[in-house]
Amino acid sequence: MVTVTIDGVELQAREGATILETAREHNIDIPTLCYLKEINEIGACRVCLVEVEGIDHLVAACNNQVADGMVINTDTPRVRRARVSNLQLILSRHDRRCPTCFRNGTCQLQALTDKMCVHEIPYETTLTGEPVDARFPLVREPDKCISCLRCVSTCQKVQGLSVWDLVDSGSRAHVDAAAPLDCTYCGQCITHCPTGALHERDDTEKVFDAIFDPDKIVIAQVAPAVRSAWAEGLDLKGAEPSVGRMVAAIRRLGFDYVFDTDFAADVTIMEEGSELLHRLSAGEPGPLFTSCCPGWVRFIKERHPGLVSHVSSTKSPQQIFGALAKTYYAQILDVDPSRIYVVSYMPCTAKKMEAAYPQMDSTGTGPDVDAVLTVRELTRQIQSRFVNVDLLEEEEFDTPLGIATGAGHIFGVTGGVMEAALRSAYFLVTGENPSPDAFRDVRHAGADRGWREKTFDLAGTELRVAVTSGLKNADALCTAIERGEVSYDFVEVMACPGGCVGGGGQPIYEGYEPAADRAGILHAIDEKSELRFSHENPAVQACYADFLEKPLSEKAETLLHSNHADWAMPYRVDASGSVIA
Amino acid sequence: MPFENDQSYGALGEMCANTGRRLGANARGTCPVDMTRALVGVAHAQSCGKCTPCRVGLGAMTELLEKIIDGSAKPGAIEALEDLAEQIRVSSDCAVGYQAAEQVLMSVRAFRDDFEYHASTGKCLRATSQGVPCVVSCPAHVDIPGYIALTAAGRYDEAVELIRKDNPFPSACAYICEHPCEKTCRRTMVDDAVNIRGIKRYAVDHAAAPRATEREAATGKRVAVVGAGPSGLTCAYFLSRWGHSVTVFEQREKAGGMLRYGIPNYRLPKTILDDEIASIEAAGVEIRLNEQIDGTDNATLAQLRKCYDAVYLAIGAHGDKKLGIAGEDAQGVVPAVEMLRQIGLGNPADYNGLDVCVIGGGNVAMDAARSAMRMGAKSVTVVYRRRVADMTALAEEIEGTVADGCEIASLMAPLEILTDDSGRVRALKAQPQIIGPVKRGRPAPVKAEREPVEFPCQVVIIAIGQDIQSEAFEAEGVPCTWKRVDVNQGLNVPGMDGVFSGGDCMRGPATVILSIADGKQAARSIDTYLGFHHVVDPDIQIPAPRLDDRVPCGRSVMGERPAEERRRDFDLVEYGLSDQEIRQETLRCLNCDHFGCGILHENGRTAW
Repeated sequence: MVTVTIDGVELQAREGATILETAREHNIDIPTLCYLKEINEIGACRVCLVEVEGIDHLVAACNNQVADGMVINTDTPRVRRARVSNLQLILSRHDRRCPTCFRNGTCQLQALTDKMCVHEIPYETTLTGEPVDARFPLVREPDKCISCLRCVSTCQKVQGLSVWDLVDSGSRAHVDAAAPLDCTYCGQCITHCPTGALHERDDTEKVFDAIFDPDKIVIAQVAPAVRSAWAEGLDLKGAEPSVGRMVAAIRRLGFDYVFDTDFAADVTIMEEGSELLHRLSAGEPGPLFTSCCPGWVRFIKERHPGLVSHVSSTKSPQQIFGALAKTYYAQILDVDPSRIYVVSYMPCTAKKMEAAYPQMDSTGTGPDVDAVLTVRELTRQIQSRFVNVDLLEEEEFDTPLGIATGAGHIFGVTGGVMEAALRSAYFLVTGENPSPDAFRDVRHAGADRGWREKTFDLAGTELRVAVTSGLKNADALCTAIERGEVSYDFVEVMACPGGCVGGGGQPIYEGYEPAADRAGILHAIDEKSELRFSHENPAVQACYADFLEKPLSEKAETLLHSNHADWAMPYRVDASGSVIA
Repeated sequence: MPFENDQSYGALGEMCANTGRRLGANARGTCPVDMTRALVGVAHAQSCGKCTPCRVGLGAMTELLEKIIDGSAKPGAIEALEDLAEQIRVSSDCAVGYQAAEQVLMSVRAFRDDFEYHASTGKCLRATSQGVPCVVSCPAHVDIPGYIALTAAGRYDEAVELIRKDNPFPSACAYICEHPCEKTCRRTMVDDAVNIRGIKRYAVDHAAAPRATEREAATGKRVAVVGAGPSGLTCAYFLSRWGHSVTVFEQREKAGGMLRYGIPNYRLPKTILDDEIASIEAAGVEIRLNEQIDGTDNATLAQLRKCYDAVYLAIGAHGDKKLGIAGEDAQGVVPAVEMLRQIGLGNPADYNGLDVCVIGGGNVAMDAARSAMRMGAKSVTVVYRRRVADMTALAEEIEGTVADGCEIASLMAPLEILTDDSGRVRALKAQPQIIGPVKRGRPAPVKAEREPVEFPCQVVIIAIGQDIQSEAFEAEGVPCTWKRVDVNQGLNVPGMDGVFSGGDCMRGPATVILSIADGKQAARSIDTYLGFHHVVDPDIQIPAPRLDDRVPCGRSVMGERPAEERRRDFDLVEYGLSDQEIRQETLRCLNCDHFGCGILHENGRTAW
């Protein structure tokens, strides 16, 4: 420990801690803008400046360490003047049309400007006027970028890619897409952008158009992780943000049916689990990689194309749902699939890209999933329709595609797909259910190389599994597999840290990573579920009995599986499914 | 008020001098097109405004350059810029205008691709990331701010190990590196470059612990290295550290290459070199002395390729070059490489009472002259056809040579070596020169309207360059250009799977640090070629950067033993920095690894 004095108060600080960490640990706030804990501690914006006695210039608090005897002042006229000046300079290069910005109300620059009482910009405002390309799920508005480099660091240090970079030099230096074709559309850069420079492609209007079209039967499917975060951006006045209330709110938007993607997750387990057991019994070399996460699928195709043949052919739950909605459910309703309009609510931006792949059309009448909206878009829809969520009673999902098990619910958190698959794989091998909590070990961190590994005994069969999230971790895992340093039978990868609960389509917080909290919600929902095994889902059983026959049947292969050889990176499609080079 | 009598002009003069230093230390990674625009701006500010091309033309060039940079220029803008620059060049009334135009023409010629890319896209062609200036400028990319911080903290052993992460010759480089790192030191913008080599010297002189010898698990792969010079041993060191079994074949009695047979003891003491090589051997490298791969019997490249999984050719440049003047084969004419080799072998000739002429102006010429003085020569004269200012030797080496009592006869082009009746050298005849027009960037000598002069001497040492002895390998199919071994980007010899080459035999006679850098790069290529992905990560915690480094302060330089005392022995000339000096000098480091864009560039610096 070292002794420092901040604003006249003598404090004990950890040796090696930054000035910012020390101050915040003692409830002394220092404003930050470019700072992202452990990811972007680069002293770029110069808003966290403080005065250190004995040093002539001001010092960035975010990345300079305390030293014994250091005397720091965080609120002097010099500090305030410099911080304001830097904020004004940043604002002079920022498109300040806040009311029409997607981040109005959640923008860190806006909040900081307000807090620091900056109401005038003495410098001439200069914007590039560069056009905004809104074709892809990830949209960048260059004139809102403040070059904080958070996206650069997040993409590089968390996701192991370098889509963004600081390009050009001198006065022309700016952030731009240096490798746009590598992008997985994970959206982590969006959730870590302090401003509206990065956001998802807004598809809300297109969904409203469908809802208000009397000829369309509009179906919503809600991904597991959405229920853990759906109300975070709504200002609830006491109502519990329960799953039932979420269903009610979505139904108020005008959907004909509100279904659960978790039903499709249970189907995924039947297909992927069977695929795994088939591979194991055929003695095919491992591992089998999960395929639920479209960001991950893009990543492995981009960085480790040699491993693509190991990725499960089972479609993601979103796409399984879409395919079944337009075939099985169209049959139940006895309508032409072209009348059905499927909207996904996802914690994810990559799902927008996945749904638009031209291969994802099971009926020849258009995409199986017509539109994908993020949780942030759901929030905007609920707000724009003035739905008073506090007054809503809880409601149930519609049946049969709204019936799901606890195994399906945990698909939204890292380790969840693995745990759900193991529960059913155990049953398929032994003919009896394990304890539903038998495999919860895969949830816990403890990775020394960025992934967790476990070996389970499935009635005498040893099953070696690995679980990871975050693409940099996935990269390390793939590299180790390629080099023969490790080998597994089954590997679950989710692109976003913590899984979909930390997804790029989730509500945004400054300086806080809510994935673990949301994971707790999903695990609690699982524990409270009556059904906890995918194979026990009666709606899934009925779907197989009445329509699919059995896992990996010809029909299941046609509708629920895809061929990864259909496309290779680079591969981008716009919202209409046109491939753009 | 006219400026010439105005005291306040002093500030402007100082500003311009500071700017000159700033530009001199320009880091790699700035955009050449944007820098050209900025320099034209400076020139325009210097314009008096009298003549049209300068007053208006420089501004018009700026406007064109800005449009080219933004990508908003009309097609043909670069040609228009060149045409305008040419008109300014030929029509400006004074140098303020025409020299600025020449700079623009030079830039367009040198960076045509950059200009064209900017004109068509509005973006920089290459990555403009500047990194840590000294680390980028060091060919081996040694973590310089890291070891300076460790030295400042008194952690000398770790400083040495941090250097060894990238360079297994910390001591040799501490004594004789040409320190290209200092050229772009950002401290130059404040006052003067940090004495980086001086700090390294202090660290190696004060490190006490035995050097690390840990090796990774044996891979079962065998690599042959030809040549135990800095490049070969560097490659061998890293490969051995990664668990490969490495054998180095050295034609001479001892290892070290030019470090032993080219650099005299007074600059790099042999005891230090011996220790350094021992530390490389301790890391598992086997050196086979007196084994030349000369293309005969089993000593062939083909045999090495058969017995080993990969081969690194690093045979250096140990041959001499001829002047091509009469009398060159006389008794008493000695190639510098041969003379220095004999010294390295411990058999210096006795020049007692002799007059010696050294022909050349590079570092080898200085080494030869200073060695001749130490071998007892009555007089030593360095005969050079250009001026002292044009010599390629380091300034401190020239100063040391003069201080040792050697004469420098500049602007003297050797004509003939005169001999006596028995074929012995009696004098060097030289033609006086004047310095003339600049050719290929260097002022060229021109024959003076004066009679030739004679330098009476009994020994002539020729130090005009070195030759690569690659014939045996060329005969075995190694592609060479002017005796230099051809390589591709990864230092792989084209058409020869598993054969790599670097150092002087690949690039021609160059510096130790470039040879080391090649060895490091070759080690990476060979490791990858063998199917591995080893990493060097010494896991050394570097002290936190300091905040109090902005106060201008002079650069401490290393002292030397008095000339009278040193000029007749081969003992070390240079003193290290004192404890007091090192305390101050290490604090001058601006920690560009932390401040500025360096913090964005940890990849490859902390481990590779």
